[in-house]
Amino acid sequence: MEPTIKSPLPGTFYRRPDPQSEPYVQEGDTVEPGDVVGLVEIMKTFHEIHSDAAGRIARFLVENSALVDAGQDIIALESD
Amino acid sequence: MQKVLVANRGEIAVRVIRACRELGIASVAVYSAADENALHVQHADEAVCVGPPHARESYLNMEAILTAARQTGVHAVHPGYGFLAENASFAAACRDEGLVWVGPSPEAIEAMGDKARARQLAGRAGAPTIPGTDGTVSPEQATEVAEAIGYPVLIKAAAGGGGRGIRAARDEAELAGLVAQAAAEAEAAFGDSSVYLEKLLVDARHVEVQVLGDAHGNLIHLFERECSLQRRRQKLLEESPSPALDSQTRTAMTDAALRIARAAGYENAGTIEFLLDGDGAFYFIEMNTRIQVEHPVTELVTGVDLVKEQLRVAAGETLSVAQHEVELEGVAIEVRINAEDPERSFMPSPGEITGLSLPGGPGVRVDTAAFAGYHVPPFYDSLVAKLICWGSGRDEALARTQRALEEFVVEGIHTTIPFHLELLADPSVRAGDYHVEFLERRTAASGRIAT
Repeated sequence: MEPTIKSPLPGTFYRRPDPQSEPYVQEGDTVEPGDVVGLVEIMKTFHEIHSDAAGRIARFLVENSALVDAGQDIIALESD
Repeated sequence: MQKVLVANRGEIAVRVIRACRELGIASVAVYSAADENALHVQHADEAVCVGPPHARESYLNMEAILTAARQTGVHAVHPGYGFLAENASFAAACRDEGLVWVGPSPEAIEAMGDKARARQLAGRAGAPTIPGTDGTVSPEQATEVAEAIGYPVLIKAAAGGGGRGIRAARDEAELAGLVAQAAAEAEAAFGDSSVYLEKLLVDARHVEVQVLGDAHGNLIHLFERECSLQRRRQKLLEESPSPALDSQTRTAMTDAALRIARAAGYENAGTIEFLLDGDGAFYFIEMNTRIQVEHPVTELVTGVDLVKEQLRVAAGETLSVAQHEVELEGVAIEVRINAEDPERSFMPSPGEITGLSLPGGPGVRVDTAAFAGYHVPPFYDSLVAKLICWGSGRDEALARTQRALEEFVVEGIHTTIPFHLELLADPSVRAGDYHVEFLERRTAASGRIAT
């Protein structure tokens, strides 16, 4: 099974730090452990989603501004 | 006024609906798709869905709420706190629809919502404001101005925001360099290097005065609330009276609050916030033009039902109490029970409340919209319940709050109950000896707060 990056919290998933900015990461980008790959908005607060693995982003498994559950897979990774 | 739409959710919607019920007024709840089974929906006489879970599409959706008001034929709108409560355009839109707004006029909301205008109004009303420059200062003027204000001073970017361009200078030796730094940072961040100076109040307390006004020229205060125990500008514990006010300062502060409210032509419930320094000097900071989260603290020490007074005044009646009838009796303490994990940097903790057991007995009040089986949604603020306890003195109020927290059981989610139990055991809190930086410093010192 391919590795994934999960949301630590339930809430609304965003790919950008704010609507005017570029997305944190795109498909094809490589990430290192600790890299920020998205935001979850929950109870009027924002929390960063960090990658816990190294790899290349294969695809996003949820749309921008979709509702996610805690532990839900957000991004599929291809390990190098 | 026979029918009121409550444009809010959670405990405050329930609070307003209860007041309506007791006054024989029919209530209409509005709710988002996430709140279909919420308590305010169950308690209201009617309920209308106003949109999807996200607040901007439901509780902040003015058009949907006005449509619900038209459909249900209400006479008035109560906004609660948060959401649209301090939105002057929404208040004006309600008025244009022929609806009574249960709150101050749109003009008063707007005047007091603009910090600079509010400060000027307070100054003209003879209330003390934080000493500072009215306009920007040049580096050459700074020394003289800082001398006049008194050190320490804050140097702030005129175009500021987000804390950028802010420096604190302790004395003249530091001032010039810091003014230059702040100006450079302001230029880089905002494209405008102008700065102004303001007195830095060290270890100040946040004390606020509740006021109520009607359309007949009656304006009263209901004493103060002490709200210094805050984390990231979120109040966690409030009490009345303030342990820091002597009767002379209390009189001066409530007089100042009344002068400000009168100058604003204020009707309905409002709160005037002050910073109180260690020497007993106080300064106006801002006015909140709505009912506040912590209003029950005032209700328990004065016996006045603030929400009912709001409804009465909005209907054109006079206040039911005169100033000389308002007495402060005993001590009330409120703690906010939030769906947050105090062990993990107050991380939000939404989810299903699988078990709930509320405290009771003498002097205990719980305002909540939670029940066993209720799912705390991730979309709104984390307040789950307010526990408000009254005691004949502060010791009794503290002991009762502790006892009630020990009885309070919330299962399935994390809450701030353990944090409050710790806080109540803190010698400084027990002594009433704390200020607005107290919680931040305390958590920093214990190393518990990571972010």
